[in-house]
Amino acid sequence: MSTLTLPDPDRAVLARRNDIVKQLKRLVPEAVLIADLEGRRAFETDALTAYRCVPLAVVLPRTTEEVSAILRFCHDNHVKVVPRGAGTSLCGGALPLEDAIVLCLSRMSKVLEVDTENRVARVEAGLTNIAITEAAAAQGFFYAPDPSSQIACTIGGNIATNSGGAHCLKYGVTVNNLLGVRMVMMDGEIIDIGGSYLDAPGYNFLPLITGSEGQLGVVTEATVRLLKKPEGARPMLLGFDSTESAASCVAAIIAGGIVPVAIEFMDRPAIHVCEHFANAGYPLDVEALLIVEVEGSQDEIEYLLEKVEDIARDFFPSVTRRSQSPEEAALIWKGRKAAFGAIGQLSDYYCMDGVIPLSKLPKALDEIGWICRKYRFDVANIFHAGDGNLHPLILYNANDSVQLERVELCGEEILKLCIALGGCLTGEHGVGIEKRELMYEQYTDEDIDQQVRIKEALDPSWLLNPGKVFPIEGRGARKLRGLELHQLEALEPELVEGHDVP
Amino acid sequence: MTVHMRLGFHAPETEDELVDLVAEALDTRTPLEVMGRGTKREVGRPVGSGAVVSTENMVGVSLYEPTELVLVAKAGTPIAEIEALLAESEQELPFEPVDLGPVLGYGPGEATIGGVIGANLSGSRRILKGAARDHVLGIKAINGRGEKIKSGGRVMKNVTGYDLGRTLAGSWGTLAIMTEVSLKVLPAQREVRTVICFGLTDQTAIEALCIAMGTPYDVSGTLHMHAALAEQFSDEEIAGAEASVTALRVENFPSSARYRANSLKQALLAYGPALELDTERSKVFWNEVRTLKMFQGKPNPLWRVSTTPSCAAKLVGNLSRKFEIRAAYDWSGGLVWIETPPLTDGGSVDIRRTLAEFGGHATLIRADDAMRAGIDVFQPLDPPLAALSAKLKHAFDPLGIFNPGRMYQE
Repeated sequence: MSTLTLPDPDRAVLARRNDIVKQLKRLVPEAVLIADLEGRRAFETDALTAYRCVPLAVVLPRTTEEVSAILRFCHDNHVKVVPRGAGTSLCGGALPLEDAIVLCLSRMSKVLEVDTENRVARVEAGLTNIAITEAAAAQGFFYAPDPSSQIACTIGGNIATNSGGAHCLKYGVTVNNLLGVRMVMMDGEIIDIGGSYLDAPGYNFLPLITGSEGQLGVVTEATVRLLKKPEGARPMLLGFDSTESAASCVAAIIAGGIVPVAIEFMDRPAIHVCEHFANAGYPLDVEALLIVEVEGSQDEIEYLLEKVEDIARDFFPSVTRRSQSPEEAALIWKGRKAAFGAIGQLSDYYCMDGVIPLSKLPKALDEIGWICRKYRFDVANIFHAGDGNLHPLILYNANDSVQLERVELCGEEILKLCIALGGCLTGEHGVGIEKRELMYEQYTDEDIDQQVRIKEALDPSWLLNPGKVFPIEGRGARKLRGLELHQLEALEPELVEGHDVP
Repeated sequence: MTVHMRLGFHAPETEDELVDLVAEALDTRTPLEVMGRGTKREVGRPVGSGAVVSTENMVGVSLYEPTELVLVAKAGTPIAEIEALLAESEQELPFEPVDLGPVLGYGPGEATIGGVIGANLSGSRRILKGAARDHVLGIKAINGRGEKIKSGGRVMKNVTGYDLGRTLAGSWGTLAIMTEVSLKVLPAQREVRTVICFGLTDQTAIEALCIAMGTPYDVSGTLHMHAALAEQFSDEEIAGAEASVTALRVENFPSSARYRANSLKQALLAYGPALELDTERSKVFWNEVRTLKMFQGKPNPLWRVSTTPSCAAKLVGNLSRKFEIRAAYDWSGGLVWIETPPLTDGGSVDIRRTLAEFGGHATLIRADDAMRAGIDVFQPLDPPLAALSAKLKHAFDPLGIFNPGRMYQE
């Protein structure tokens, strides 16, 4: 492990491990409890595989009531809890702690209700993203957010990170498609928020919960919006001789009053890897490729593609190709969705998730290239261009600790660049452990304190997924040792001010 | 030494002045009534503070990038000004905020963007494009400790830390005073078509609206109202129909909007689509819907009810057996505006009891001070959610100086 610091484990809890396991077993006899080392090791990491930590125990409940009993027990016994869906987090959001139990919701995977009249589905949190669409597909409906990991990732995890996906340019991200949750607070209280109507009463807790990385409560059920499948959808490929032209073309399409359902961007390394992997039919002699997808009736699709082509012409695309069949369209998307896996077969990669204003796209890509060259890494860029959400994949060797440290510095510089250009650290992956220390780049003490106060209001003992999101160095570390904010403020002023950004 | 805060009306021009004002209120434990230009001041339990703080002097669009679909405005900027600016670039606020001004005795378009977001006001297009809060990309605000806070930013996607901006949407100035909001905007639709059916019963109309929402034609408005309400509209065919009006809107580029309207008529053949409004008439009609034209000019209690669409007609039916009501359904039935007779409780007990059966919640939008002081204007929450709400309030405003009691008794 490189530069990462985790909160000091609670020795008393570690010492009581056997007892805790025994009590949990008695408390929720129907739940699966994994206590042996081999079994626990399967949960030691998520998709940010550079970091690992074997948890105290893993428990897989079946019902909200079991989740409630487990959380109440952990609350009363001061045991930390790391909620987990499918473990596909790219930011270490589900990284366990030595003194924490992992609360894995993957067995809570039932579709509870598909109501196409009111266009909602109620599902358990451990259901995979794709399974919602599968459950509604027979009636012609779908669930819109489509992260690349959608065949594996769970709706609970999607809520924790406010996942997006290629098609969120038109349909929005998780927060825009979530109508209600059943959630268990750290003290075991079960709370229902919203339902099968478009606005929940009272304060807007849904957007607060969405993207809170499992730190405020454990969502066990979700009510989501279903949408009718479009009559048709068709992607086209636009290839360019320079990344700048492709980037400028994206901005021009949006400026032209067209908001396609998706605009995906791939640079040369990404194109080659994906083509090799998926035989998607991507042109190999271009520097950048855009996948632009539009939806509607046959005529609408033709009209929109025509307009996109017109706009693109100003940027001299070397390839302009409309997909001619559903099979070809599926292949085009297969290549894109397989990108992370394909690149992963070649090399370890560090996946960034910064967001920048669209007009800064050419500059950002140029600078990212420069930063990676400076650190002597190859980079592949593949991302949702329409909303400026970049995913540079920095290729490195994870077994080389020097490279790991260097790649993190390289990533940090890229994220600082995103902020300097007016953007943010993360668009859809979350802060997790990965970007925690960079929070002060984007926010002031007061900004972060306000978030921390909410965390403390809902989980005063910091038991739920601690060590994530907030900077752990400086004042963050003191908070994790259990000093609440009002206590902090009573400390000498220089101590309170002295937060160190590493 | 206790210094009493200057009571009366304060309208700071800068964030720093506002910080000083909040600090002064904190020092003197003076509750503040928070508002923009006050067009929704009569919503919620009367705050009854002698000190009013308004953002009306914090105005101006600080950033508008049509090519990036983003606009950043100071909280006090009038919505009309923002929409006029957007229109110059053929763009709009996709959530089409409902304009409560005219039913509350103010002019149209007077509300501020801070007020619109603070009340999370979404209009008919909410069913397609999402709520006001969905378009919030970031905010700046002053919390109840007198600290400047921000959340989010000006980019389209952002999961950096908790989403305080969207959390503040719909908090009616009780958590923090927003000073700036950053919003996602979209290209305006050039062609608008409205398909209208006359004389449907409520139940049949909701059924038709739900069928329409289950088509792939991106229906962006689904309204049903009784004949007596339709009379208020300026379109002669609608006003003179002497029948209930069920209206469905589609938008896009011209050939597509026409295609969608035709397809929709086919899908709703059994419901007898009888009239199609062109772009011009459609715009007039939906603008009137946006200002709740059908409920203007009367002082009767007006409720905003959110429920599951398929329950809406039954809910209204049950209520009509208790007292005479006038109802208009938006959001394919998911939003019901209900005007009740001037009962002492505005019908609160019956409305909430009926809602308990169907699910959903009700907010009293129009009522006199006495009625608002006497009943729960906002839906009373289940105890666990109420406790959670109190914690959230405390996390933003520990001394409870912002709009105390406006949403919930403290």
